[in-house]
Amino acid sequence: MPDQLPEHPDWLWRTPDPKPSYDVVVVGAGGHGLATAYYLARNHGITNVAVLERGWLAGGNMARNTTIIRSNYLCEESAAIYEHALKLWEGLPEELEYDFLFSQRGVLNLAHTLQDVREGTRRVGANRLGGVDAEWLDPDEVRAFCPIVNTSPNVRYPVLGATLQPRAGIAKHDHVAWALARKADAYGVDLIQNCEVTGFVQDRDGRVVGVETTRGRIAAGRVALAAAGHTSTLTDLLGLRLPIQSHPLQALVSELLEPVHPTVVMSNHVHVYVSQAHKGELVMGAGIDSYNGYGQRGSFHQIEHQMAAALELFPIFARAHVLRTWGGIVDVTPDASPIIGPTPVANLFVNCGWGTGGFKATPASGWVYADTIAHGRPHPLAAPFALERFTTGALIDEHGAAAVAH
Amino acid sequence: MLLIACPWCGERDETEFHYGGQAHVAYPPDPEALTDAEWGEYLFVRANPKGEFAERWVHGAGCRRWFNVVRHTVTHDITAVYAAGQQPEDRNGVTA
Ligand SMILES: Cc1cc2nc3c(=O)[nH]c(=O)nc-3n(C[C@H](O)[C@H](O)[C@H](O)COP(=O)(O)OP(=O)(O)OC[C@H]3O[C@@H](n4cnc5c(N)ncnc54)[C@H](O)[C@@H]3O)c2cc1C
Ligand SMILES: [Zn+2]
Repeated sequence: MPDQLPEHPDWLWRTPDPKPSYDVVVVGAGGHGLATAYYLARNHGITNVAVLERGWLAGGNMARNTTIIRSNYLCEESAAIYEHALKLWEGLPEELEYDFLFSQRGVLNLAHTLQDVREGTRRVGANRLGGVDAEWLDPDEVRAFCPIVNTSPNVRYPVLGATLQPRAGIAKHDHVAWALARKADAYGVDLIQNCEVTGFVQDRDGRVVGVETTRGRIAAGRVALAAAGHTSTLTDLLGLRLPIQSHPLQALVSELLEPVHPTVVMSNHVHVYVSQAHKGELVMGAGIDSYNGYGQRGSFHQIEHQMAAALELFPIFARAHVLRTWGGIVDVTPDASPIIGPTPVANLFVNCGWGTGGFKATPASGWVYADTIAHGRPHPLAAPFALERFTTGALIDEHGAAAVAH
Repeated sequence: MLLIACPWCGERDETEFHYGGQAHVAYPPDPEALTDAEWGEYLFVRANPKGEFAERWVHGAGCRRWFNVVRHTVTHDITAVYAAGQQPEDRNGVTA
């Protein structure tokens, strides 16, 4: 029998043993950790880098998200960093020499109440002033752009309009991770899976000089956390408390269907967001489970709720079957914005708090974080997202800005 | 779906409750005396353990009372339920 099996395909990256010491140790091989390592090498020539991953590469939120990419956030600071990401996405398939199915099919954010309409039109104005493509569509235009949306006035929450960002879209998340991993590896970055960071090594002055791992002690010039929902379990070890709460966030896919859904539709009000993957699955998600949780699973009533919302918006889905549901662990901050930058602990950097919406930021997150680590000070796009904002009160309140989810 | 034992109503589905986050976070006795960093920490920072967590729930669709629960954040096992105002260690005699 074995002679009938095909050859194993070429590996996209090496599987090295950890070296005793690196200039930079990145903790977490999700999208953000991999993008950070890639840009450390590409933009800053720092290649003596390890990415340590407790499980397998992209086994966390990176390959569990619903892959929505957009930059139509209300606050200037957010729009700036997400738009930087979107511009990078536009060049990344070519740069990484990997077609990861980046598809700019547009995102509709539906409005169902007068307040939604005011929020949406305001956000379109803010986006245009900030150089982010944005349009306001009335219900007829919504129907023309996405014919399967139910725009009938005879539903509980009729569609009153929508914002459209034409350059937004989706990409295939696991391929994005592999594309970044392959290029980082080619620069000489060591990607080390099954290697959990369990502690920190500090010198007499409290500076972090290495990490303890399940594969032994590894010395590091700088340690950069990119551990998403697990970040505070690590910083707790140093007595550094972060304003993060880890919650389950679930998603689901249908069986494979003919292409019926041309774009991405998000509705904060009835609360569901839906796209159709290239393979044909309808991909949908909604809100976090209310309680803190690290179990990568949530409660079924969340799934029921998002299915009810999906059916109200898309009656055509009534006969579709759910194939699979799953959960990730998202790191939520009080203002729904990330925390990026140096910390009070010397040589320790954090990049976390992306919560339910960090996939779209992957390239920019890596870009600004690599720059921050390389220079030991915040990149200008990252500066507003420093930990200090929870002392100064200069929050970037995307929770209040409504366009926040995912 | 969690099954939560309200101290007054007994076991009910999670959908009858709302979550209130970490329990036993006392309002600072003298807020004016705090530094900005201490005040920010009181406002924004809560424990986020992977393991046992003392947290608050309110039985919104039942008796509408707040109470405390000790729940494991990975397994979701609930090992204690006790009244608001009580500490986990003096929960003896409270329905769990
Ligand atoms: C269901 C769901 C839907 C989502 N939908 C969207 C969406 O549509 N659009 C969007 O923009 N965002 C979305 N997100 C959010 C997005 O997935 C995250 O914000 C983003 O993936 C976080 O960055 P990451 O990829 O680096 O995280 P992760 O992939 O979670 O990477 C963190 C890594 O750190 C590792 N790690 C943790 N602790 C340790 C340790 N001690 N030692 C070593 N390694 C460790 C973990 O194993 C993990 O691999 C969604 C998330 C979920 C769960
Ligand atoms: Zn009750």
